[in-house]
Amino acid sequence: MNRAMNSARILLFVLLPMFAFAQDDLLNQLQKEDSARTIPVTATFKSTRVVNGHSVETMKKNHMDFRISHRFGAVNSGAYQFFGLDQATMRLGFEYGLTDKFMVGVGRSTSQKVYDFFGKYKLIEQSTGARNIPISVTLFGGTGIATVNKELEFQDKIYYTAQVLIARKFGEKFSLQLSPTWLFRNHPEVTGDEKLLLAVGIGGRYKLSKRVSLNAEYFYTAREKNTITAPYHDSMSFGVDIETGGHVFQLHFTNSLGMIEKQFIGETTGTWGKGDIHYGFNLSRTFSFDKKSKRVPN
Amino acid sequence: MSAVILTVLGMVCQTSQVNAQNALYSTNGGNTRFSSETPLENINAENKKTQAILNTSTGELAIRMNMTDFVFPNKLMQEHFNENYIESAKYPTATFSGKIDKAIDYTKDGEYDASATGKFTVHGVTQTRTISGKMKIESGKISIASNFQVALTDHKIDVPEIVFVKIAQKIDVKTQYTLAPLKK
Repeated sequence: MNRAMNSARILLFVLLPMFAFAQDDLLNQLQKEDSARTIPVTATFKSTRVVNGHSVETMKKNHMDFRISHRFGAVNSGAYQFFGLDQATMRLGFEYGLTDKFMVGVGRSTSQKVYDFFGKYKLIEQSTGARNIPISVTLFGGTGIATVNKELEFQDKIYYTAQVLIARKFGEKFSLQLSPTWLFRNHPEVTGDEKLLLAVGIGGRYKLSKRVSLNAEYFYTAREKNTITAPYHDSMSFGVDIETGGHVFQLHFTNSLGMIEKQFIGETTGTWGKGDIHYGFNLSRTFSFDKKSKRVPN
Repeated sequence: MSAVILTVLGMVCQTSQVNAQNALYSTNGGNTRFSSETPLENINAENKKTQAILNTSTGELAIRMNMTDFVFPNKLMQEHFNENYIESAKYPTATFSGKIDKAIDYTKDGEYDASATGKFTVHGVTQTRTISGKMKIESGKISIASNFQVALTDHKIDVPEIVFVKIAQKIDVKTQYTLAPLKK
């Protein structure tokens, strides 16, 4: 009797851990089956813009981004201009995701009275897991019509932009982007300026918290700076992204006044050294037109 | 005597292993939905790639899902869910690993009330929970359905104060898994 009890005890003792292990075995088995998946890397940037320039992010299908962007006058314009806040240029934009990878947008800038149109296509998405892709690549193509000068022929009001946006999210916090840019103006603002301008942008973001990130951006232009025919400098911007529900606020300081590629890459007249810095913000509000969503977020 | 015990032990282990292999039911396409309802906003999301596996001879049950597989109608919400609330990069999965509490005759078709007790892990926090639901056995397949709630505070999921009123403190979860015999 005693022996039987003992052996039963031993049996129980030996079997118990087996049962305990078996449960985790099942879980491990699920994990093994799942190891062949590819996990896309999302949210490389919080918004479709780094600061001025486009980021690799696109709007998702049936989602509209309503953007209001402002740039104020130069901070060094003194107390009379209230350090730039008396003057403001703005751009209104409606940007929409046709698919999860392809978006289009239209905008209107008060500066030079420009209508701009663009398309952006996510060509390669960074991913981990079974298919390990180290970078995201998005193609950007845009055109615009500067309608301020009524005397110009229609084709002289037009410019074109093409960019290959290459980005990598290095971790939860840090993302970096390179933006080779091709900018063609049918009629440059200053006579004698080259029609074609090549530039490369470098931009990044560092997440300070879950909802706040620090952004910086610099566009190097392949031309001599500050000449008579091209009295321009490179664009450099620093900003903070703050995200609250459906809104992203981007607050920044930049030496560029324009918010479209032609202007901030091609026609930045201010320099940081002299204090020609403009305070500005982008306000982005996303609306979902997906039929399944009953209400838009806030 | 000890030799006898060992032999018996060996036999028990062997049989249970054989049984375990024959009695595995699983799915990789289970449906897990959750909803948060407040007067201000209703949020719904669905994961159609939930994995579940059941050992009918031991009653052991494991469920596993990737948080990034939850699809929201609003993609910005989806991004916030992954980035800000559930922190999918840090805690990529939600799992349950436990046992069906009462033995069920899996050979007979029918619908049974059932419950399972085990380790429930979300957002890296494990709770021991008993989750009840229904099991349906029909033409060689086992369906498991359950409704239960997950309290955000139980799993250390932070909601900032400005969106506090828009997200329910207890999230309703509905699961529906149809398990078929696992083919080796």
